[in-house]
Amino acid sequence: MSQATQTEAVREDGTITGVSGPVVTAVGLEARMNDVVYVGDEGLMGEVIEIEGDETTIQVYEETSGVGPGEPVENTGNPLTVDLGPGMLDSIYDGVQRPLDVLETIMGSFLDRGVDAPGIDLEKEWEFTPTVEVGDEVGPGEVVGTVPETESIDHKVMVPPTFDEGIVAEVNDGAYTVDDPVVVLESGEEITMRQEWPVRRARPTADKHSPIVPLVTGQRIQDGLFPIAKGGTAAIPGPFGSGKTVTQQSLAKFADADIVVYIGCGERGNEMTEVIEDFPELPDPQTGNPLMSRTCLIANTSNMPVAARESCVYTGITIAEYYRDMGYDVALMADSTSRWAEAMREISSRLEEMPGEEGYPAYLSARLSQFYERAGLFTLLNGEQGSISVVGAVSPPGGDFSEPVTQNTLRIVKTFWALDSDLAERRHFPAINWDESYSLYKSQLDPWFVENVAEDYPELRQWAVDILDEEGELQEIVQLVGKDALPEDQQLTLEVARFVREAWLQQNALHDVDRYCPPEKTYAILQAIQTYHDEAFAALDAGVPVEDIRDASAPPRLNRIGTTEDYEPFIEKLVDDMTEELRGLY
Amino acid sequence: MKEYRTINKVSGPLVFAEVDEAIGYDEIVEIETPAGEVKRGQVLESTDRFVAIQVFEGTEGIDRQCTVRFLGETMKMDVTEDLLGRVLDGSGRPIDGGPEIVPEERRDIVGAALNPHAREYPAEFIQTGVSGIDGMNTLVRGQKLPLFSGSGLPHNALALQIARQATVPEEDEAEGESTEFAVVFAAMGITAEEANDFIDDFERTGALERSVVFMNLADDPSVERTVTPRLALTTAEYLAFEKGYHMLVILTDMTNYCEALREIGAAREEVPGRRGYPGYMYTDLAMLYERAGRIQGQEGSITQIPILTMPGDDDTHPIPDLTGYITEGQIYVDRDLDSKGVEPPINVLPSLSRLMDEGIGEGLTREDHKGVSDQLYAAYAEGEDLRALVNIVGREALDERDNRYLDFAERFETEFIQQGYDTNRTIEDTLDIAWELLSMLPKDELHRIDEEHIETYYVEDAAETVGAEAD
Ligand SMILES: Nc1ncnc2c1ncn2[C@@H]1O[C@H](COP(=O)(O)OP(=O)(O)OP(=O)(O)O)[C@@H](O)[C@H]1O
Ligand SMILES: [Mg+2]
Repeated sequence: MSQATQTEAVREDGTITGVSGPVVTAVGLEARMNDVVYVGDEGLMGEVIEIEGDETTIQVYEETSGVGPGEPVENTGNPLTVDLGPGMLDSIYDGVQRPLDVLETIMGSFLDRGVDAPGIDLEKEWEFTPTVEVGDEVGPGEVVGTVPETESIDHKVMVPPTFDEGIVAEVNDGAYTVDDPVVVLESGEEITMRQEWPVRRARPTADKHSPIVPLVTGQRIQDGLFPIAKGGTAAIPGPFGSGKTVTQQSLAKFADADIVVYIGCGERGNEMTEVIEDFPELPDPQTGNPLMSRTCLIANTSNMPVAARESCVYTGITIAEYYRDMGYDVALMADSTSRWAEAMREISSRLEEMPGEEGYPAYLSARLSQFYERAGLFTLLNGEQGSISVVGAVSPPGGDFSEPVTQNTLRIVKTFWALDSDLAERRHFPAINWDESYSLYKSQLDPWFVENVAEDYPELRQWAVDILDEEGELQEIVQLVGKDALPEDQQLTLEVARFVREAWLQQNALHDVDRYCPPEKTYAILQAIQTYHDEAFAALDAGVPVEDIRDASAPPRLNRIGTTEDYEPFIEKLVDDMTEELRGLY
Repeated sequence: MKEYRTINKVSGPLVFAEVDEAIGYDEIVEIETPAGEVKRGQVLESTDRFVAIQVFEGTEGIDRQCTVRFLGETMKMDVTEDLLGRVLDGSGRPIDGGPEIVPEERRDIVGAALNPHAREYPAEFIQTGVSGIDGMNTLVRGQKLPLFSGSGLPHNALALQIARQATVPEEDEAEGESTEFAVVFAAMGITAEEANDFIDDFERTGALERSVVFMNLADDPSVERTVTPRLALTTAEYLAFEKGYHMLVILTDMTNYCEALREIGAAREEVPGRRGYPGYMYTDLAMLYERAGRIQGQEGSITQIPILTMPGDDDTHPIPDLTGYITEGQIYVDRDLDSKGVEPPINVLPSLSRLMDEGIGEGLTREDHKGVSDQLYAAYAEGEDLRALVNIVGREALDERDNRYLDFAERFETEFIQQGYDTNRTIEDTLDIAWELLSMLPKDELHRIDEEHIETYYVEDAAETVGAEAD
């Protein structure tokens, strides 16, 4: 929301009749569904969520302690909107786009109530460079100029999608605030650097396509086995402590998106603090600029009001759409979508709606799909292309994937990274279970990997999958008879599989080098393991006992490639040493 | 202040009364019985016709003749530095016979949310002296790290050991700053005997002087349990962020707290969530646990150790499950290890400290800490797997490598985890023991550890050295 209201008294359009937690009822309001209202003497922000006769039900985005019947309610007459314009990057917002740094200067370390602040700075002047001239014809979505928003990103100023086509009558080059007109059309319509948009409505585009370029994540198991597309959707479900947040943060740090929108939805305060502290320091692997200069953070932590938790994903995706409209590839992480679903459930139960599965409202599945539908690779109104990739964490109660949020999400998303508490317990990270996970983008992305990484990328990946499958089957036998009872070749397969798991699938997000693995390195490690496989089996065929092969001293160095910065010469030497050592056995 | 004699319904812990004025949500209420007994409660729902009140002290004795007074404010805690050394009941009233408490400030107990932008990321290593924690699930100042236990397990002994031994080493003593913690201890529905164990220990070690104790015992009203931790945390926030103390807050037993929430939810006829607990329990618990932390530019800190007993030792039960989703890790107190006689019986595999990484390493604990910890995890997990296998195929069917891992797992439990409740190990001791055990394994198996650290710390011929020491 935009205008600060903290000083003005709340106008009495309606009167409170009841308060129960975040849900307030009022009479006399004459509001429309989803209108934003200010509630009580303190003017707490809320949104109309039900109308019945003269009675209006409101979800309040702030704590309602002490609010009582008889207090006033003011109707803004507008739905919940976000302010879109330069300054959103390098910012941190709460669930209704109040900038948390500004709130801190207004009210100190703890979040007080009834304080509002505009989502973008209304005073600041930005240097506007027009890209149109007087007399040009411009249509909705068209770029009329740019603003250097951060080191990494040029913010594009666009004709709002609600405008008609028109002829440029005036162009103002120079420093302006977001409310000053920078381009005026002959019709008299003024274009500023600021747009407002209702968060629950997707911003329009011309067309949606099937994506063919991967969002390169820099994570071996993701790029290697279960890739996501730019414009794709993915879910990361897993029990507590299995690595959802670490994975999302790794993607936010290293994925090759232009813009990252990171939503902390109902999770820990310290996790957001970590991002705030780290991202300005860490370089974007693509540009070398601080990560924060491509990032917008939305933090509605678990102890912040529940209703704003419900709205924060919408705030986030609307901001993502705005940068997409500029032609950027945007990646959005939502941690955790389960908290959003629970917020829906909590509000719904206060409304005494008929509950669906496990108390969730019947519209859970519709809301989830509407949200993920806002991801995609699009042709924009102005004819360019832009994309939004969405990665949602899911926190199933008791780690049980059969619950409604996981199941409804699975029906929509095309990439599934299933986290596993068993792997996490043995500190196999990322704890992505390779049997359960999948990516439906694999085949449409293969051409990109073949062209940009290696010709046999798909074949090598398949080789790794086969080895892991075989290991899975052999392990079942081992559980019954012990490893020594297996034939030698199978014992050796287990050895190779162990390297695939430990040297390739495992990746330490906390290690300075290992945390980011470009696809070439992902490929090179696997190739080195394959060489080991070939040489080891050649030795076995030549009659070398499996123990001797296992005791070879060079192969364990495979486990160190990930953490080695200058990996190419390291691999070269390792492959030579392994080959020499293993051939020396026969 | 208006008085009402309009109670028209009493149901479980709830009282409903008609009103003709605006009553604020969450406001405090006094209910006076004809006999003159005054009970306190809180407004749970407020409409222009009636209010629903949850009564802390239980509703027995309440009838339609009672008078209801609305105090016009939400629940407050009287705070002052003089609370240190005091024992209070679950509603914050002194029960130690000491002098009246003269408040310096009255604070709302709900507590506003800390702006994430104002937080400082916790990163100062707390040495608890317990290897299973310091070595592998390191606690840092400002963290919330619960003990996941079961009924009858020695979680209290462990909590006391932590409270006794916790220090932040290497802090500049020149600054005259104390590295000791002040403790806020909130008991919710535990037995008098358990509570006495704590108080006696605090008294014996002199810790009581630096402690504020809140006691809601098993036979105290259950609804009161929903305010006890809030009073405790409000006190801790005051002492930490106004007075600069480093606070250690022990909340026990969170299971009883959650049962009280469930009881209120049921009385309100709410649509229940999983296993009958309220759908908002995650949010409710988060409003407690998130009150741990550090604030930029502020001296003090709040470190939380909530204790919960998992019903049926089941960590998928909503209480541990929701807790684990909020806290920054968890320490499992394990029944099998306990019956093996391991003290403290910490099962490290499912345990976790999410803030460990920032608090350890060179200059903080020791350069090899991270690698050692990862390697211990991997090796112990492997040993554990093999135990299952050995039961089926016998030890002979395992090769030499596997046998070493089996031995490792055994010694890990009996030498690293096992230490007793009175042994206070420095982090160096802990890591040195770890190296003695890791040195049972061949060097090239230790690929989680930097090669240079292996060179420095690996104990050659470890099998003999340790074996000799163990005798
Ligand atoms: N790729 C990784 N590399 C190293 N450590 C990891 C990795 N992934 C997870 N971890 C470890 O696991 C811990 C828990 O991970 P994380 O906080 O991401 O879990 P989560 O699934 O988000 O849990 P919750 O649902 O409770 O938020 C981390 O603190 C870290 O120690
Ligand atoms: Mg998480």
